[in-house]
Amino acid sequence: MSTETEAAPAPVPPAKEPERRSGLPSWAVQGLVSLSAIVLALLVGAILIIVGDEQVQKAVGYFGAAPMDTVSAALSAVGEAYKSLAVGALGGWTPISESLTQATPLICGGLAVSLAFRTGLFNIGAQGQLIAGAILASYVGFAWHLPPVLHLVLAIVAGLVGGAIWGGVVGLLKARTGAHEVIVTIMLNYVAIYLLAWLLTTKTFQRPGRTDPISPIVDNNAQYPKFGDTRLHLGFVLALVAAVFVWWLLNRSTIGFELRAVGANADASRTAGMSVGRAYVIAMVVAGALAGLAGTQQVLGTDLPLTDGVAASVGFDAITVALLGRGTPLGTVLAGLLFGALNAGGLQMQLITQTPLTLTTVLQAVIVLFVAAPALVRSIFRFLPKERGAGAVLAKGWNG
Amino acid sequence: MHLELSGLTKSFGSLVANDHIDLVIEPGEIHCLLGENGAGKSTLMNMLYGLLQPDSGEIVIDGEKVQITSPSDAIKHGIGMVHQHFMLVPVFTVAENIMLGRENTWAAGVLDRKKAHALVTELSDRYGFEVDPEALVEDIPVGVQQRVEIIKALTNDARVLILDEPTAVLTPAEIDELIGVMRRLKENGTSIVFITHKLKEVKAIADKITVIRRGKVVGQAEPSASEEELAELMVGRAVDLVVDKDPADPQDAVLRVEGLTVIDERGFTAVDDVDLEVRAGEILAVAGVQGNGQTELAEALLGLTPIAAGTISLDGRDLTGRTTRQRLDAGIGYVPEDRWHDGFVESFSVAENLVLDLFRKPPFGNGLTLHTDEIEKNAEARVEEFDIRTQGVDDPLSSLSGGNQQKVVLARELSRPLKLLVASQPTRGVDVGSIEFLHQRIVKERDNGTAVLIVSTELDEIAALADRVAVMYRGKVVGVVPADTPRDELGLMMAGASKSEAHDVAIENPTTLGTI
Repeated sequence: MSTETEAAPAPVPPAKEPERRSGLPSWAVQGLVSLSAIVLALLVGAILIIVGDEQVQKAVGYFGAAPMDTVSAALSAVGEAYKSLAVGALGGWTPISESLTQATPLICGGLAVSLAFRTGLFNIGAQGQLIAGAILASYVGFAWHLPPVLHLVLAIVAGLVGGAIWGGVVGLLKARTGAHEVIVTIMLNYVAIYLLAWLLTTKTFQRPGRTDPISPIVDNNAQYPKFGDTRLHLGFVLALVAAVFVWWLLNRSTIGFELRAVGANADASRTAGMSVGRAYVIAMVVAGALAGLAGTQQVLGTDLPLTDGVAASVGFDAITVALLGRGTPLGTVLAGLLFGALNAGGLQMQLITQTPLTLTTVLQAVIVLFVAAPALVRSIFRFLPKERGAGAVLAKGWNG
Repeated sequence: MHLELSGLTKSFGSLVANDHIDLVIEPGEIHCLLGENGAGKSTLMNMLYGLLQPDSGEIVIDGEKVQITSPSDAIKHGIGMVHQHFMLVPVFTVAENIMLGRENTWAAGVLDRKKAHALVTELSDRYGFEVDPEALVEDIPVGVQQRVEIIKALTNDARVLILDEPTAVLTPAEIDELIGVMRRLKENGTSIVFITHKLKEVKAIADKITVIRRGKVVGQAEPSASEEELAELMVGRAVDLVVDKDPADPQDAVLRVEGLTVIDERGFTAVDDVDLEVRAGEILAVAGVQGNGQTELAEALLGLTPIAAGTISLDGRDLTGRTTRQRLDAGIGYVPEDRWHDGFVESFSVAENLVLDLFRKPPFGNGLTLHTDEIEKNAEARVEEFDIRTQGVDDPLSSLSGGNQQKVVLARELSRPLKLLVASQPTRGVDVGSIEFLHQRIVKERDNGTAVLIVSTELDEIAALADRVAVMYRGKVVGVVPADTPRDELGLMMAGASKSEAHDVAIENPTTLGTI
């Protein structure tokens, strides 16, 4: 009967309920949580492999007679799959270069999402920004004919500008009208996707003599130089440079101070005389440019012609990369490398063990799921201390 | 009901919030729990109300040991609590709010409104609450809302009522009414635990006073104890309650506000045609009950709220239409009212928060890069100067206690040359020991020739700091009076009386608090 007060928990004043703090620095704690998430994801993946494996299914058929057969079949299925995954990702220079190649646009896209995160914006639009960048970069790449170096530089700049415009619009709309960036970026993704599809049917973009949506190949001069005879290209180095730049911007520049402040507490920032709208615009312009950079890496580094599949799912994977990377540049690089390795290794795993490539997608998703629910991971791994700061903010996600 | 807490202990990590607390509450007694913010009062009451579980110790009611694991347990045992923030549904009537959670229904689930109505009327009559059961909660004044909360507790047959800082939101007149209500409850045998840090109120109504400091009971006191004695018990050292200040030496007007009108988001006129003048070297206090436009006035001065009409000028320079940053740069320092919301960034380090509005300019930045060494050095100096208790300047601000977080805000604002300091509720949530220090700093700033505008709802604070007092009521300044105006008069003006009316009425009807 008298339950009214139950539903009314005390408005706990900014209670100083000190959290369980370990002696570990927060980055170490976050690393531990991420590592635990990866371990858990591999376990979940193992179950999927076992369930889907034919040998195991056969062995289960006579489980009563020889139970150890099932166990050994399960173990070998998991072992084979993960071994080929590891070999495909890290087993030699070629696999490693392939992992790095796959990681390159993920890192830049991830940085685009991370930077926006830190400013309190949920940038779902890396996909559209990447496409916008790829369109401009490829146009400069195949339509113009310029000397070496200059051509590449201009093509990259074009990509940055394309992304920056696509992102900047979001920041501007948010600052001026309060339009929610999640809605705007999602819609702009569609606009970019269909704009690309349409452009590839126009005379300007479609390769002469072709009826399918594909552009001419970008000039040699406008391509990222490759390392040896691998697919790895200079864009990877630019991705690392971009990460260092984002670190500097966030932690060592006055603009970054403002971005972080706005991201952490917009009201306090406004009270301290900062322009919240300006911060949103700057963050989205830079984030867009970073995604645009990822676009150049696709079109000037790996794909070479522009197609309607230029972005693949990089712009969306970038969100998971940023989540796993906790919105920090270093974390994003590491997460990008992990995802790149999983992508590269997954191909190999599919070839050798017939384990579908989609398993790596499941692994990536499960990793992020566990990272986004730190409390869940902590309840499984009891030894993990509670974390504070940026990571926890990301887990909460959608802030208006 | 005889309630006994013995050896109650609760710790959070390494912090012992309550350390073997013993407390006896006799039937029909008003027991004041006095202590600074963070002393452990709320933790203790939350344990009593079942919101927290003690690590050790026991709760004994009428000689019987009880376990209280949830608020509904507490209610079952006759313990009621009125929180500082009310738990009412604004669009429901008083009776509906009382019904909430234990709706009596006729057949087929039709609500029995009559019963709730009758209950409210009966309790209201018995204790003189003067509550209309059919009024919408959002339409009735805060003081009456509080009485609705009390009725809610009483309908649960509460025999011990916990009132958590009940006077924070009330006008002096409403506080007086509340004291009356508490006395009537007491006559009917209800015990009251009254949590507060305001010494005057304690003296006015307590039967017994228990003082808590740093999680421990440090002493019992009689209501006849002087304020100084109580403060000393609370803080642990002698406290100077009177700010040592020379008479003001006001110079030219620095801040001039003319015809300022602010329309708030809901379309109400929050600030209504206000004229004000603050001169260099004086402290003007804006007094008023929470929600009478003071907050909006301060925000309008800083450009945080758009103004509908009027002008604001600083040193003859028109600031109307300038951005917040331009106003800060023009020499306004601002301590916002809701510091947890507007004053700092919790996840930022102490050092970063200390330059939150200074980081762009030398020595902290050059427009492009931050000079982290300088930011660090500045932080070390401020921490030293303002005695900010922190493990290190790189620790996040969230690791500091509330009082220290506030010191960070004030330290930041006072660390640059100012023409005008605007401070809203500068010591709200700060312990008595820090209040003393912060008040001295504000007076020192005044003596340096800064114009100071304080917004405060606490008459004690106004009496301590102000050189002149502007009283606001419903967005208007009802009068600007000298600082030595009697409390009762100020109280009446805060309820809307004009200067002369207030003077006459105050002499005829002195209030409980005003006469202490």
